[in-house]
Amino acid sequence: MGLLSNLINGISLGSIYAVIALGYTMVYGIAKMLNFAHGDVIMIGAYVVYLTSVRAGLHPLIAVVVSMLACTILGITIEKIAYKPLRQSTSLAVLITAIGVSYFLQNMALAIFGANPINFTSVVSVPAIKLFDGQIVISGEASTAIVVSLIIVIALSIFIKKTKSGKAMLAVSEDKGAAQLMGINVNQTISLTFAIGSALAAVAGALYCSAYPILSNTTGAMPGIKAFTAAVFGGIGSIPGAMIGGILIGVIEILGKAYISTQLADAIVFGVLIVILMVKPTGILGKKTSEKV
Amino acid sequence: MAILEVKNLSISFGGLRAVDEFNVKIEKGQLYGLIGPNGAGKTTVFNLLTGVYKPTSGAVILDGENITGKSTIEINKCGIARTFQNIRLFKNLSVLDNVKAGFHNLNKYSTLEGILRLPKYFKTEKKMDEKAMELLKVFGLEDEASTLADNLPYGKQRKLEIARALATNPKLLLLDEPAAGMNPSETQELMDTIRFVRDEFDMTVLLIEHDMKLVSGICEEVSVLNFGQELAQGKTSDVLNNPEVIKAYLGD
Amino acid sequence: MNKSLKTVKPYTKQSLITYVMLIAVFVVTLILRGSGNMSYMMQDLLVPLCVYAILAVSLNLTVGILGELSLGQAGFMCIGAYSGALFSNLMEEAIPEAAIRYPIALVFGGVLAAIFGILIGIPVLRLKGDYLAIVTLAFGEIIKNICASVYLGRDAEGFHVSIKSVSDMNMASDGEMLINGALGINGTPKDSSYEIAFIILLLTVVIAYNFVNSRTGRAVMSIRDNRIAAESIGINITKYKLITFGLTAFLAGVAGVIYSHNFSTLQAVKFDYNMSILVLVFVVLGGIGSIRGSVIAAVVLTLIPELLRETIGNYRMLFYAIILIGMMLITSNKNIKDKLSGIFKKNKKGEVQ
Repeated sequence: MGLLSNLINGISLGSIYAVIALGYTMVYGIAKMLNFAHGDVIMIGAYVVYLTSVRAGLHPLIAVVVSMLACTILGITIEKIAYKPLRQSTSLAVLITAIGVSYFLQNMALAIFGANPINFTSVVSVPAIKLFDGQIVISGEASTAIVVSLIIVIALSIFIKKTKSGKAMLAVSEDKGAAQLMGINVNQTISLTFAIGSALAAVAGALYCSAYPILSNTTGAMPGIKAFTAAVFGGIGSIPGAMIGGILIGVIEILGKAYISTQLADAIVFGVLIVILMVKPTGILGKKTSEKV
Repeated sequence: MAILEVKNLSISFGGLRAVDEFNVKIEKGQLYGLIGPNGAGKTTVFNLLTGVYKPTSGAVILDGENITGKSTIEINKCGIARTFQNIRLFKNLSVLDNVKAGFHNLNKYSTLEGILRLPKYFKTEKKMDEKAMELLKVFGLEDEASTLADNLPYGKQRKLEIARALATNPKLLLLDEPAAGMNPSETQELMDTIRFVRDEFDMTVLLIEHDMKLVSGICEEVSVLNFGQELAQGKTSDVLNNPEVIKAYLGD
Repeated sequence: MNKSLKTVKPYTKQSLITYVMLIAVFVVTLILRGSGNMSYMMQDLLVPLCVYAILAVSLNLTVGILGELSLGQAGFMCIGAYSGALFSNLMEEAIPEAAIRYPIALVFGGVLAAIFGILIGIPVLRLKGDYLAIVTLAFGEIIKNICASVYLGRDAEGFHVSIKSVSDMNMASDGEMLINGALGINGTPKDSSYEIAFIILLLTVVIAYNFVNSRTGRAVMSIRDNRIAAESIGINITKYKLITFGLTAFLAGVAGVIYSHNFSTLQAVKFDYNMSILVLVFVVLGGIGSIRGSVIAAVVLTLIPELLRETIGNYRMLFYAIILIGMMLITSNKNIKDKLSGIFKKNKKGEVQ
């Protein structure tokens, strides 16, 4: 029963990682950059939820919507100011800039909200599910995370396959130049990608902080890096891959914590990342590319 | 004996046979041309000869030594040096250092000798400087020795790339579209330089070129590739007048 | 001989300026300290300043000269710090003379970090760009987490290890605690002094300049500028990447040893990826590839917030972040760069400062 309970917790945590990983994977696929600041957008999203629901007293669902809007604007702004001017630059320059943005967001939050962590109030009001006469309890947060992430993955897959904007995203991720020649507005498509990724980050922020209710300016950093691990695991650019990767990382982390050592759980997750990158750098569902001579 | 002998060289990418049963024999000191329409597989042949791609079948024999399937680095050590269609210089290094990098496997001292500045460092560096300056003089680049390679004008970048390739002391020099982007007077100067390199260094040159004036001007023999297959081979003037070749270039 | 070669070579000139500058600053600080004109806070900063400068110079070899982004600097520093401190604690009785023990500890920590660097480098250096950055970050975090979860003790029976708890070690009650999990290592001899730290910084700078301006440095920079061309002239990519990565790890390890012998307590938490990023900030703001710049940036960016702790203490990282983004936009965007290069004269020679 303990194992089953841990598995469920792992899948739940992994579902949140999956939602974050979607942001990484879409941005990486389309803008070809590792948005190091993505994890910090989660943290900003969580703060916005906190402000609107606890401080302003609005309904949690409205708070999440407000947070999604705020993060969308934030994401688009970051892309416009910091990343767009560097589209022709080396990946080193872009990555360092992304680290700069990450630092900026973390320290902005530090300056505004202070160094003391905030106790986050859960936005979820779904009752817990009891199984096997109460031997296993699935918290409302856990079941919500799983359901919400499933809905997001399905909706996003349909969006990309069926809509014009979604197809434009696919085209830009294949070949920016060719997409432009076919009349696709590349700048708009990249903005849209950042917008979707950031809105999802807001959702992830609300879910993550509902499950782990301590919010500080560095809250987003670790889930961000782990979600990137998940995105790489599943294959960068692949939406189902992000889901699979997220859940695997979540399960590995929770099982590691339960059976090996709390201290070493993160080390195990990172170890998994390294092994994947060594064995199959393109991930489970990724594609292979090579440089032309 | 031929300096380069290529036997039935082939490579497939997926189902596509990019180079199909390519054969060529180049004698020492020859200026040999490899021509053909775009996408015919010329650069792929260069990539096969230099180990960037491993051939699906066939053999490459350089000066009697079978170098098929060796790595780029080993092949360079065996004696093939090349330039690239899209110039690949070490942009942030000086012109002098670009050439000195070419001496990497000829004039050696260890990392530790370099860090500790042992006598061998000074001796070797001095020798490298002298050799590099000599080479730069051949290409008229001696005044730009301390300029960053990136700041050189286009034509001189092409020349520097040849100089760097020559610095590795090859038996065979591969030039991938050396005249691309040059105006007629620059091309004329380049032709003189290539001839000079052949005579001065006793070099064998295999070059890919679209500029037929250059090809007919300096190449003694040519091979024509079309869709990965050899269309014709022989004395330049004969091949260029071959109706099949003209058809391949101009279409039906 | 061409006349440009007869004059002092640019590298030599640049390195000489740096050496003179460093020694001048050293002498001035010694005079200030000796005459009692230096605050205690400043005196306490002297060794950390050297440590940060060494870290920055060493990371610049990988980022600026090899052109690969490593975010594992803190991990290598951690290995150096832990192994050096452990060595000194174990050898305190066997080698009571600090003048002998400390240099051995420095080399030991550096070599161990270099070995780790090369072992990690063999698999990861095949990766490029973002992937390499994230994998080095992962390695750094793994090293930190492992160091923070190890319990090591020694009693009459020998060594006891556990990754769970003190009691899990089964050590006799009179045993000596060497590594106490997250609490780290206690009681390391304070062997680091400003003089020694400075000499090692100076050596690091000499090594860096000599490395860059040598056959090896040329090979490394040619890989950075064009990997395919470097291969075509017979340069072994993996070998030179490993040499650079190993040297960076070695110097970071040495910096770690100095760090751990400057405080009597040592905790692995200090070596998280924020430390790696901080060092990267020094490298970028000092100028990627500029060794002198790395030293200056490390010193200035450590000093300013300390001196202004009262006023901008909490905002210093915010400033760093803004400067970092601005700096990247200025140096890496062609339009902005071209506009600025009209104002400032561009450095056209291939000089490493």
